[in-house]
Amino acid sequence: MHPDRFDSWLTVDGKGLYCRPGGFHVDPSSAVDRAVITHGHSDHARPGHTHVLATRETLAVMQTRLGTQAWRGSQAVAYGEALQIGEVTVRLVPAGHVLGSAQVVIEWKGRRVVVSGDYKRSADPTCAPYELVPCQLFITEATFALPVFQHGDAGAEVAKLLKSREQFPERAHVVGVYGLGKCQRVIATLRQAGYSRPIWLHGALIECCALYESFGVALGPLKPATGAKREELKGEIVLAPPSAVDDRWSRRLPDPVTAFASGWMRVRARARQRGVELPLVISDHADWRELVMTIEQTGAEEVWVTHGREDALIYHIHSTGRRGRALALIGLEDEDR
Amino acid sequence: MKAFAELLDRLAYTPSRNDKLRLLGGYFASTPDPDRGFALAALTEGLFFRLPLRRTLSEMVEARIDPVLFGLSRDYVGDTAETIALLWPERGAGAEAPALSEIVQAVQTAAPAVLPSLLAGWLDGLDPTGRFGLLKLLTGALRVGVSARLAKTALAEWSGVPLANIEEIWHGLAPPYGALFAWLSGEGGRPEVGAGPVFRPLMLSHQIEDWELALIEPSAFAAEWKWDGIRVQASSRGGEKRLFSRTGDDISASFPDAVEALPEDVVLDGELLVMRDGEVAPFNDLQQRLNRKSVTAAMLKSHPAHIRLYDMLFESEEDLRPLPFIERRARLEAWHEAATPPRTDISGLLDFSSVAELEHLWAGARATGIEGLMLKRRDSPYIAGRPKGHWYKWKRAPLTLDAVLMYAQRGSGKRSSYYSDYTFGAWREAANGERELVPVGKSYFGFTDAELKELDAFVRNHTVDSFGPVRQVEPKLVFEVAFDSVHRSTRHKSGVAMRFPRIHRIRWDKPAEEADTLATVLAMIVA
Repeated sequence: MHPDRFDSWLTVDGKGLYCRPGGFHVDPSSAVDRAVITHGHSDHARPGHTHVLATRETLAVMQTRLGTQAWRGSQAVAYGEALQIGEVTVRLVPAGHVLGSAQVVIEWKGRRVVVSGDYKRSADPTCAPYELVPCQLFITEATFALPVFQHGDAGAEVAKLLKSREQFPERAHVVGVYGLGKCQRVIATLRQAGYSRPIWLHGALIECCALYESFGVALGPLKPATGAKREELKGEIVLAPPSAVDDRWSRRLPDPVTAFASGWMRVRARARQRGVELPLVISDHADWRELVMTIEQTGAEEVWVTHGREDALIYHIHSTGRRGRALALIGLEDEDR
Repeated sequence: MKAFAELLDRLAYTPSRNDKLRLLGGYFASTPDPDRGFALAALTEGLFFRLPLRRTLSEMVEARIDPVLFGLSRDYVGDTAETIALLWPERGAGAEAPALSEIVQAVQTAAPAVLPSLLAGWLDGLDPTGRFGLLKLLTGALRVGVSARLAKTALAEWSGVPLANIEEIWHGLAPPYGALFAWLSGEGGRPEVGAGPVFRPLMLSHQIEDWELALIEPSAFAAEWKWDGIRVQASSRGGEKRLFSRTGDDISASFPDAVEALPEDVVLDGELLVMRDGEVAPFNDLQQRLNRKSVTAAMLKSHPAHIRLYDMLFESEEDLRPLPFIERRARLEAWHEAATPPRTDISGLLDFSSVAELEHLWAGARATGIEGLMLKRRDSPYIAGRPKGHWYKWKRAPLTLDAVLMYAQRGSGKRSSYYSDYTFGAWREAANGERELVPVGKSYFGFTDAELKELDAFVRNHTVDSFGPVRQVEPKLVFEVAFDSVHRSTRHKSGVAMRFPRIHRIRWDKPAEEADTLATVLAMIVA
């Protein structure tokens, strides 16, 4: 192992990214002895690890979702708090992706590596904003790593939803949202826009909303949509997991306008494929400009790309004179798919 | 441009006709002149830009965007205009969004050499939705599922002025339709139409019900064949000649031969057909000539157009519409004999003295080119729209086929959670001697909402494979499919295409093995 040769002490094995001098994995795809978890999405936070290190919020998410399977032992760490693990120092700093999401800052023998996890740079009232940490190696996500992905202001997208509600006051508006993060961000953005009516939730979304509220994220009045009368839902906004929107669940809604909040909605073919009537471009991932800007700002001499459309980003990284490498990590996927 | 682009965006994703009408009405109500007029022109194909922008755009993109990144993006998005709209570098504050009217007027007057710089300026000032709308507008392909007729219907619903009144003056108006909007919003009188031909809304018929048939008084009605072409209005006035579809679309460009043959100063109602040696060709032949911006000489020769006349609305400046049908007929016959226009003839009246004789005629209507019978009150004036009790159509009995459900696709809008579009097949013998199903048609209507639920459940419970929104099902369920006719088609694997197929009955009781064969379908092809 040599500190200047990052691939000598940060390796990829069958379970994911492994830090040798620290003896832990980051977001491993199956059960390991020691795991550092960046955030609670299921492709990052898998069950069954012997020991988990994460933020308090992420641990709470894991416990809610995985129950007793979550881990055998856990340790909560606050943003910015430095820990010695084996030979390395580890810090978690906000990634701005969802509640509790963190970048993992690893220091060993004077070299600093940042594993971004999933992140975004745009404003989100439901989680701590991304914190820039200069480093020599930056390991970035690449979900939306094509120049066509330039997410606009979430407030403008929510305004589209509210305008449609005025145009079709007798219909329900059902918005497909991922349960952890997107759901709460859409609600909070609606509240910022002055929408104060109750927002109706599919059963699968209720627990996560309660969790956010227990961490002090105010979401306003929420009601369960399951069991509600058809008549009651006229003119209302209903949130549901994407799979429920185009399945039988949504038949209970009065003539629903189907919306979907996702970064993929920027591309027409993707919106059409899903039969979406009102695509809302709201993403919890960095868009192309944010990826490019963040790489620049970290000052990293080397950049590794974890998952997504790595071709374009690697091409860009090389064009800026940096070393770039695509990590073939298994098990990571995009939650909006 | 921003509001128009947003409208286009919403329309493109909205499948329901009524919802589209609402969105259009909202736009007309809230957008000032002349922008809404140019928008109306774009939606009704009244702008005809069709600028060849490919070259210009690719040069502009090369100067701004890395070609490798552009290529990767284009591959992902699948559409060049959309890719450019999405990754055009944002200029941020400062660049001002152009108005639709500004764009239209500039394109109409600008020299080709300055177009690229104008275009770049507009793209700088717009957001991705705006840029996409602009590129679609300039290349003449809006593709938002709005016909000219639907746009006019939206005008009627928004303003409360009957559609027929709008259609009557439509072809005398030009973008940006200032006088039209003034009239529709109650701020001006009905616009004066010029000296050229205008569309006169057609009189349409009702499908006759059994109880109505029983009440038909033979002496009060005239009968004629319902010809299997497309209903048209041929109009010439002030030296100009036009051919309009039933919905008021100008289709002159597709049928120059029929237009050419029209005499001066007359408005006629008839059926447009392809005729060879006095014989009506199958509808499929006429279809070859529809929706073409220009027609080749070979096509004109092999698929000659002909109008079989039903009625006459105007002779010179005289409006015949208030006259009884039988008098208009007499005027039509006298006029036709004197003018002898080529490529036309008159649809003959059929003799009958009882309902039983009518039924006999109807039952015998199997020849090519006949869709059924028309019954018209002898004393009916020519009334725009579909007035009750005047004209009846009596379509010949449909053909039916027992076909097997093979694939189901999820619907859109209200039906997005249902597998509601069905592809069905007939049996044939495969090369290896075994029986196989080959798709013969597709339909998404004819069943009730309750049946849709049952069909949806059937599809979900019998899926053997799925491809995106399409599921392949076990070949178990038989549909009795009704259709108007079937003809040969090289586009389909089975070699046949049905006209207006609908699910007539669901044969839950019938074993799939007993469904019909492709040979049965082939035998139904006429001519």
